[in-house]
Amino acid sequence: MSSGHDGELGQVVRPYGDTTGDGRVQVSFTLPVPSASEADRLVAEGAALQLAGKMGLAPAFVAHVKAIGPDFTFFIVYGRVSHLVDLSLVTVAAREFELLSPAEVNLRIRSALGRELVVVGACIGTDAHTVGIDAILNVKGHAGEKGLEYYREIRVVNLGSQVAVPSLVARAAAEHADAVLVSQVVTQRDAHLTNTREMAAAFRAAPQFAAGSGARRPLLVVGGPRFSPEAAAELGVDKIFGRGTTPGEVASYLAHALASDVRAPAGTSA
Amino acid sequence: MPVTGKLNLDPAQVRQARELAARAGAPVTRLARTHTTSSIERAVLRMAGLDGADADGMPWVNRLAEAVRDSVGLQHGVALPVWDALARGGYPDLRTLAEQAAAGQVKFRLPDGAEGRNAREGAARSVGKGLEVIDRQRASRESMIAATRDPAPPWIYLIVATGDIYEDIPQAQAAAREGADVIAVIRSTGQSLLDYVPEGATREGYAGTYATRENFALMRAALDETSRELGRYVRLTNYASGLCMPEIATLAGLERLDMMLNDCMYGIIFRDINPVRTFIDQRFSRMVHARAGIVINTGEDNYLTTADAVDAAHTVVVSQLLNEYFALEAGLATWQLGLGHAFEINPAVPDSFLLELAHAQLVRELFPGAPLKYMPPTKHMTGNVFGGYLLDAFFNLAGFMTGQSILLVGMMTEGIHTPFLADRDLALENVRYVRDAAGRLGLSFTPDEFVVSRAHQVLGEAVGLLGRICDEGLLNAIGDGTFGVTKRPADGGRGLDGVIERADGYWNPAIEMLEATAMEEEHA
Repeated sequence: MSSGHDGELGQVVRPYGDTTGDGRVQVSFTLPVPSASEADRLVAEGAALQLAGKMGLAPAFVAHVKAIGPDFTFFIVYGRVSHLVDLSLVTVAAREFELLSPAEVNLRIRSALGRELVVVGACIGTDAHTVGIDAILNVKGHAGEKGLEYYREIRVVNLGSQVAVPSLVARAAAEHADAVLVSQVVTQRDAHLTNTREMAAAFRAAPQFAAGSGARRPLLVVGGPRFSPEAAAELGVDKIFGRGTTPGEVASYLAHALASDVRAPAGTSA
Repeated sequence: MPVTGKLNLDPAQVRQARELAARAGAPVTRLARTHTTSSIERAVLRMAGLDGADADGMPWVNRLAEAVRDSVGLQHGVALPVWDALARGGYPDLRTLAEQAAAGQVKFRLPDGAEGRNAREGAARSVGKGLEVIDRQRASRESMIAATRDPAPPWIYLIVATGDIYEDIPQAQAAAREGADVIAVIRSTGQSLLDYVPEGATREGYAGTYATRENFALMRAALDETSRELGRYVRLTNYASGLCMPEIATLAGLERLDMMLNDCMYGIIFRDINPVRTFIDQRFSRMVHARAGIVINTGEDNYLTTADAVDAAHTVVVSQLLNEYFALEAGLATWQLGLGHAFEINPAVPDSFLLELAHAQLVRELFPGAPLKYMPPTKHMTGNVFGGYLLDAFFNLAGFMTGQSILLVGMMTEGIHTPFLADRDLALENVRYVRDAAGRLGLSFTPDEFVVSRAHQVLGEAVGLLGRICDEGLLNAIGDGTFGVTKRPADGGRGLDGVIERADGYWNPAIEMLEATAMEEEHA
């Protein structure tokens, strides 16, 4: 928890249009109201202004009105928000690990493990969107950073799409995985949360990783555009990555987590 | 209208590219001619009119094909044992036979002599009736177009994907009224790996709506109504891909879908479906599409979502040439080849728009008679919806300048959410503006040396890669990650257990009749 802002003057801010403190913002939305006739349009604009007022825009003006078919109207509205933002109340989840270059990641893995770090990746459940996991794992990488396959000290097993949880557990055990990376893009009916909980429970219940088995449960890492990174403990995983995560962040995290071993001891439930 | 002849492509090099694609594809075609799959055999039963599912929702075609497989195997095809059992058992129809077979009450065998001839006649009659339905649907498409109007290219292609067919229908009709010429109903994301086709009208799906025969029929009927209202034929698209590709192709023909996504390698690379299974299934599905007058859409745009659009530009061309070879071999005509490509170059790359023009113009000139499908940016849509709207406008401009045939409408909110009503409306406004302002720019556009030499470079790299694929073998090339940076070995992926080598005496009435028509057309 840190705000990063000191001093009284910088504590409270408003949106900036073209003058400090003017509070000007733009919003766009659609209402299920007609606007083909002049009379309908006036009612539609009134409806848009009422919504803007309730959103804290005062004064507000409707810059654009467009009928979408006979029953809907699209609006672009500008206005002045009355709300203040208190920077001292902003909370951010601080990164618990430092960002490393691929060479530093390799060095840290070598000195901590003395062998390759094994990562098993998959999309689980019905999710067939491998773009996210491929962007992290493939050599090609993402956002100018090479994927985990590029790291000399990381061995990647990418199981691809629609992998069933039991086969993920079995494969992770067979490969002696240090970490399991799961990508979840589909969020209909909260499928990403359900699938993640199911996976976490399966790894905790797996006999392959039970106390006395000699094998440790791999680090469980999930990623996807609609996860909130704070929910890791609640979902039973070690780490959640959100939208815009780069391969370098994931590699840095793995090197940090496995070197300092953030996992609960084998056989206990975190 | 396509405007070609601007790049001075070397006809000998273009010929060489096609010859190499044919050489690379030939061994795979041999595989498809000597094997069948569980889904091809089920497609035969569907063509013969077997519909419906048991109490668990498992289709009767699956139940019946499994019963045959368990008893005499599928290496001779499903037709002989099924129509033999039908005649011997005195069952009134296939449905009753399937119910009895699922209950373990039917003994299958491979008939010979007079009984064999009898079974063949029965099967040919039933499957022939299915083909007649497909032919009638093709004819009614033609008469619908005659009674309305065929829109001028590029056709504006829009996606709906609510998961609920009854929500999809009004959205599709609204999109058509706003200018969409083609409606694609995105499939539920899990469907490609289901080894059966769900039944009935469906109201739930993951990021899409299940492809079912009933959903096809409901949407086609709604769009027929809208086509008449607008005086313009609105086409319907779905996906003949995944483990049930041959069956979905058959249902598409029976219910008059107009275009189908049908790529020779997409399922392998992106869905981890076994390569051999995919190549066998795609040949059958393309024979059906050929007969049904369906335009296929290939999926090369997908390669550029995992690989870099500049570095991997030539893999798109290689895949297009392979798709063309496999399609023509299966009997499709050039006007049915909606070869795909995409506008996916990082906008931060200098001259990115010129590079896009080079790629798009190259594809246009390599395949002058094909209805090319051009896909909008997705990878570099960052969440800045204003920047995204601009990028989509440039995509539209490239599409008009290079005479693309099918333009998938880009959404400014790509990657943020499934499109809002307003997103779709704004996207169509973008297309209309570019079309009205610069629709004829292709006529006066002359590529400069930079664009011409880039196009030549991509074609040269494609020829080089095709040569390597010929040496190595297509299946091996797929196995070591030549396409889409994903390695897919020939013995990996899903669905290999559904691949069956044909035995001597294998007989498939659908393939026999489809091959006969393909040959007639060739000689016509």
